[in-house]
Amino acid sequence: MFNYYVGLAVRSLKRNIVLTVLMIAAIGVGIGASMTTLTVFRAMDRDPIPQKSRQLFAVQIDNWGPNSGGVVTGDAEHFQEQISYIDANGLMNARAAHRQSAMYVTGAALTPSNPDLLPFQVQIRATYTDFFAMFDTPFLMGAPWSAADDNGRAEVVVISHELNDKIFGGANSIGKTVNLDNHEYRVVGVMGLWDPIPKYYDLNNNAYGKSAEIYLPFTRAIEGQMPSWGNNNCNGNVGEPGWAGRLRSECVWLQFWAELPTAADVEHYRTFLNNYASDQQRTGRFSWPAHTRIRDVREWLVYQHAVQDEVRILVLVSFSFLLVCLLNAMGLMLAKIMGRAGDIGVRRALGASRRAIFGQCLIEAGVIGLAGGLLGLLLTGLGLMGLRSLLSEEVSRLTHFSPSDITIAVILAVVATTLAGLYPTWRAAQVQPAWQLKAQ
Amino acid sequence: MLKMTHLSKAYRTEVVETFALRDFSIHVREGEFVAVTAPSGSGKTTFLTIAGLLEEFSGGEYQLDGANVRGLNDNQRSKLRNEKIGFIFQAFNLIADLNVQDNIDVPLRYRGFNGPERRRRIQEALGRVGLSARSRHYPAELSGGQQQRVAIARALAGSPRLLLADEPTGNLDTQMARGVLDLLEELHRDGATIVMVTHDPELAVRAQREVHIVDGQVVDLAAQPRLVATANAANTGTGT
Repeated sequence: MFNYYVGLAVRSLKRNIVLTVLMIAAIGVGIGASMTTLTVFRAMDRDPIPQKSRQLFAVQIDNWGPNSGGVVTGDAEHFQEQISYIDANGLMNARAAHRQSAMYVTGAALTPSNPDLLPFQVQIRATYTDFFAMFDTPFLMGAPWSAADDNGRAEVVVISHELNDKIFGGANSIGKTVNLDNHEYRVVGVMGLWDPIPKYYDLNNNAYGKSAEIYLPFTRAIEGQMPSWGNNNCNGNVGEPGWAGRLRSECVWLQFWAELPTAADVEHYRTFLNNYASDQQRTGRFSWPAHTRIRDVREWLVYQHAVQDEVRILVLVSFSFLLVCLLNAMGLMLAKIMGRAGDIGVRRALGASRRAIFGQCLIEAGVIGLAGGLLGLLLTGLGLMGLRSLLSEEVSRLTHFSPSDITIAVILAVVATTLAGLYPTWRAAQVQPAWQLKAQ
Repeated sequence: MLKMTHLSKAYRTEVVETFALRDFSIHVREGEFVAVTAPSGSGKTTFLTIAGLLEEFSGGEYQLDGANVRGLNDNQRSKLRNEKIGFIFQAFNLIADLNVQDNIDVPLRYRGFNGPERRRRIQEALGRVGLSARSRHYPAELSGGQQQRVAIARALAGSPRLLLADEPTGNLDTQMARGVLDLLEELHRDGATIVMVTHDPELAVRAQREVHIVDGQVVDLAAQPRLVATANAANTGTGT
């Protein structure tokens, strides 16, 4: 009977084109508006590394103490999102996690060996070799540098495949060199496509921006005094001048991640971190009890407000609009269905049960929803195109419509319209055939 | 085939209770062609809708093809209606956006017949009413008489045990009405049980038996002249 009901629904929709167009338009506009905002929301809210998001932990150490700038009084949860070089160095030396890496964003001028290309600036992430294994970065060619390279401050780099395409024409560049600020760095690896959104491993610096084009050893960057291109916070005390002063200061400018595969590892690391902070108290660096946190990727995204409140409000508003559209569609459906009360009476007289009429009308609502959903997809595409033209390049990266978004749009339209059709459908099932036939 | 015993149907509001049928008894045997006549507002359509299981009754008993229909739920009533009863309406009640064969297909779909069986029955029913060539026409493309023939084909297609006809010629001119009535008589001769509601005495005489309803009750037509005579005699003081 399903196919029969679908056929009847299509006939019914053809019968009153104006009403049908109004219903589909109401649903399509509602779906278009809600899916446009939902797409952006989902892009912001998604788990960027689902296979490991519960094993990767951002590390926080309070090196400023209570009542300092940036610390919310009485709120033990909100304090510095980045750490100082002193702490990064201490944690790296301790090697208490399965894998760990301090990191920061820097940059340099790249002079291509190809004389046809002009020098240009590149974004660089200074990090440790563990970074690549921790974040499951794919490699197109070569491999990460080694731990020995970390220790030896080696002048090696891993480059993105876009950069490899740009400066080496996509050829195998392993062993070739790139010139960064007049220093030659040997290419040891070319990454595959890897551009997580949001850039969860560094939400402090352009959270929705593109990942770095070049990765090089943290130790090399420190040795080379490569300045931070990211956010620095010194809590009003920049410390001594110069690079050495920066390294000895309590300024926070580094991200630190640890991979802790098991719950026992997590507990162990938490204890280690508190002991580390307590040691800092004992040595007189901290004058307050240990105050540290580790948060996994999902917790980190929430903590860092990866999804902006404005976006949540926008989603709420757009879904309220969808509700209004559905109420309109429901009214139109009611008018359409009750206009067919005579036909429904005849069907009842010919043997249709209330359940059969209910099913028939509900499927008709579903067909309207499907058509509305398809229109909604089109409008969502237009909406996202509009957003792309209005928003910055960074945010525009969130406006891509994925296959799962398409599925959600269609299912949302069909389910929402079917739900909106419940009342008109129930009314249709209540049609008293005797009254209809007497009236005729 | 159809047996109603002391059946009543009351419509109730907060302040008033109106009986459309009261102490209503009728027995239609298999193969009979019965005309039910009544003045307007006497309850003949109520009788028809109750007989067709489209409406519930307030009291009494109703047996259709040997089955007591009291207390059946909507699904059971719908199934029984679909399998046992064929409706022919005064206004034809064809579904405007379905063509002839799709209209006839409606009760067969609810019956659960498969495609080939439905097609066979549709062709057979259309052949019976002489409209095989019109199977793809829409109701609006047919004359009133042809539409009523389609309605009859629709009623026949499921091989019902009982045909209920509500003023089947009421919307037709004389010539078309004659054709439809001839068809009903032919169906009756072939063994169909037909109950035809009408207010037209000329139509009623074509039936095998006539049942008259007055104020929601069956009146014995054989006794009626005598009752009238008795009343007249009482008024003049002569008596019988």
